[in-house]
Amino acid sequence: MMESSQNIPFMTRKELISFAVLAALLFLVLPSALDVFRLSLVGKYLTYAFAAVGLVLCWGYGGILSLGQGVFFGLGGYCMAMFLKLESSDPISTKIQSTPGIPDFMDWNQITSLPFFWQPFHSFGFTLFAIVAVPTIFAFIIGVAMFKRRMGGVYFAIITQAVAAILTILIIGQQGYTGGVNGITDLRTLKGWDIRSNEAKVVLYYVNGGLLMVALFVSQYVRTSKLGRILVAMRDREDRVRFSGYDVDAFKIFVFCLAAAISAVGGAMFTLQVGFMSPSFVGIVPSIDMVIFCVVGGRLSLLGAVYGTLLVNWAKTSFSEAFPSLWLFGLGGLFIAVVLVFPDGLAGLYNSHAEPALQRGLVGLRATAKSLMRRLKTA
Amino acid sequence: MTIAGYSIGDLASVLAMQGFAGLILFSVFTLMALGLAIIFGQMGVVNMAHGEFMAAGAYTTYLCCHLVQKFAPFLFGIYFFFAMALAFVVCGALGYATEVYMVRRLYKRPLDTLLATWGLSLVMQQCFRSLFGAREVGVSLPGWLMGSFNLTDTIQVPINGLFVMTLTMAITGAVFLLLFRSRWGCQMRAVTQNRPMSGAAGINTDRIDRYTFAFACGIAGIAGSAFTMIGSTSPTSGQLYIVDTFLVVVFGGAQSLLGTVASAFSISQVQSSLEFFLSGSMAKVITLLVVIGILMLRPQGLFVLKVRR
Repeated sequence: MMESSQNIPFMTRKELISFAVLAALLFLVLPSALDVFRLSLVGKYLTYAFAAVGLVLCWGYGGILSLGQGVFFGLGGYCMAMFLKLESSDPISTKIQSTPGIPDFMDWNQITSLPFFWQPFHSFGFTLFAIVAVPTIFAFIIGVAMFKRRMGGVYFAIITQAVAAILTILIIGQQGYTGGVNGITDLRTLKGWDIRSNEAKVVLYYVNGGLLMVALFVSQYVRTSKLGRILVAMRDREDRVRFSGYDVDAFKIFVFCLAAAISAVGGAMFTLQVGFMSPSFVGIVPSIDMVIFCVVGGRLSLLGAVYGTLLVNWAKTSFSEAFPSLWLFGLGGLFIAVVLVFPDGLAGLYNSHAEPALQRGLVGLRATAKSLMRRLKTA
Repeated sequence: MTIAGYSIGDLASVLAMQGFAGLILFSVFTLMALGLAIIFGQMGVVNMAHGEFMAAGAYTTYLCCHLVQKFAPFLFGIYFFFAMALAFVVCGALGYATEVYMVRRLYKRPLDTLLATWGLSLVMQQCFRSLFGAREVGVSLPGWLMGSFNLTDTIQVPINGLFVMTLTMAITGAVFLLLFRSRWGCQMRAVTQNRPMSGAAGINTDRIDRYTFAFACGIAGIAGSAFTMIGSTSPTSGQLYIVDTFLVVVFGGAQSLLGTVASAFSISQVQSSLEFFLSGSMAKVITLLVVIGILMLRPQGLFVLKVRR
């Protein structure tokens, strides 16, 4: 059969090595090289990498540019934050409030009972379910509404951006239910476990890294499956795929929902590691930032997205510490440069420059090793 | 007779005032969206920096205001007209440079123009911040633009609002004349409708692209200039309007300028009348949701123009 010969293996040896290198970096090198503060900072960056990985699938392979990944990141984060907030506002620690047992910002806004959509977040099981389900269902609704009506490309990007704007305005406006512009703050424990201690931060870093690896494996699976190839075909020639009898809309909706679910996990891990969630991680600007992480890494490279996220965020932190006013110039310049000069991002640079050099080095190394062996044998 | 505590007369004058506030919003939307409709609808470039071009126009006006006050106070009454012309020239020049150095290479990749112009918008914002400071700045209006007409006891019409509206109508008229009656407009429409064919007919399509982009950015500059009369300018004011402006253009049907004006009118009226009944943020949320809802029923927008791609 032709088909079997065309199947892409789940992972080539090269990709396996790259995955192993990333895993070694995340789980061995960084934890041993950095103190707890820096490590949890890297952990925070890695939560954005979830969104960037989702974008690689959705945009790089599916051709759907979503400017609303911050929405899903934020929804995931808010679900987690609601659970943690309820846990930290038990009746005893909030007894000075006029209504004990509800989150402090609700009390400040004269709300006297817990709103109905907060009720289920008392349960940890439901919260875990909601973290993935709420953003995915939301993405599904947007996806069905948009793709069934054949809205794509630039229009889709603009509408998702508008959705991000709407959600931010809504969260800020409905202060009593959402914590407003400050967000949900002062989160302390997860099931009685203090998430602010150093030891918890290290544990959370590893959990986060593990989840990121899972997300990468899932994405790699999707990418190399038949589904992944249909996505690429759809991106390049949508009409042909449609005329070949595939339900293009369903594939688009699926990949959009998958990207949403992946970024939502990142959002929940963000809340756990940083200890709060606010609308400033939901809106237009963070959503576009996530796109730039993905482009810097290379929009066709899953691992590139992780490196791109780390690089841009590291640059942001160190730049804005040293020269705060220069950072926007740097970021803006990066946007322009990455689009005009190296559209394939870090992964493209690696493939065109680093890899040949590496290969030459390997070949040279092998040759020297061989000649050494020969000399040893003759000696 | 009363409804929810308001008498019919009160309600009518409130509606009239809100309607007028909506008309001012409509003017700003129209001026912003006209430029964007040309860039996005006609040229297919997603210019996320359009708001910053508007802000550049506003800052130009601000500078003019200060310079005139300092060196030529006798001109203060009419400085606005110079400022507006200057804003057009400055933003047009900026737009020209943007087209030549950036946008020209990206015509085949509309999503990449989105990212690159977003980068440009960040750079421009930081420029404004470094040059003019992070705080909001406002211009002082000459005496004849201040105050308001009292139509009845309860209905007051601010003069600067009226001026902005008149200006918007004049500019919109001029743009329409230019596009549909002048030789250049004819060439521009030809290029957007069928690029290879108009090239074959001897139109220098690259040159038309450059001037079209510059012209649209110039209109954004005028929009910014007009905007200073009704609000203050900060480095991020461009970003506040960009999403609304894109929705206005998409809602109107991206290729139709008439649709842009119509959609700017309906969106601004809905928003300002809702603002009376609800808080500002909820009014905005509902307006945006309605727009998105209608777009889903009618993805091509209100007005459709047949364009061969």
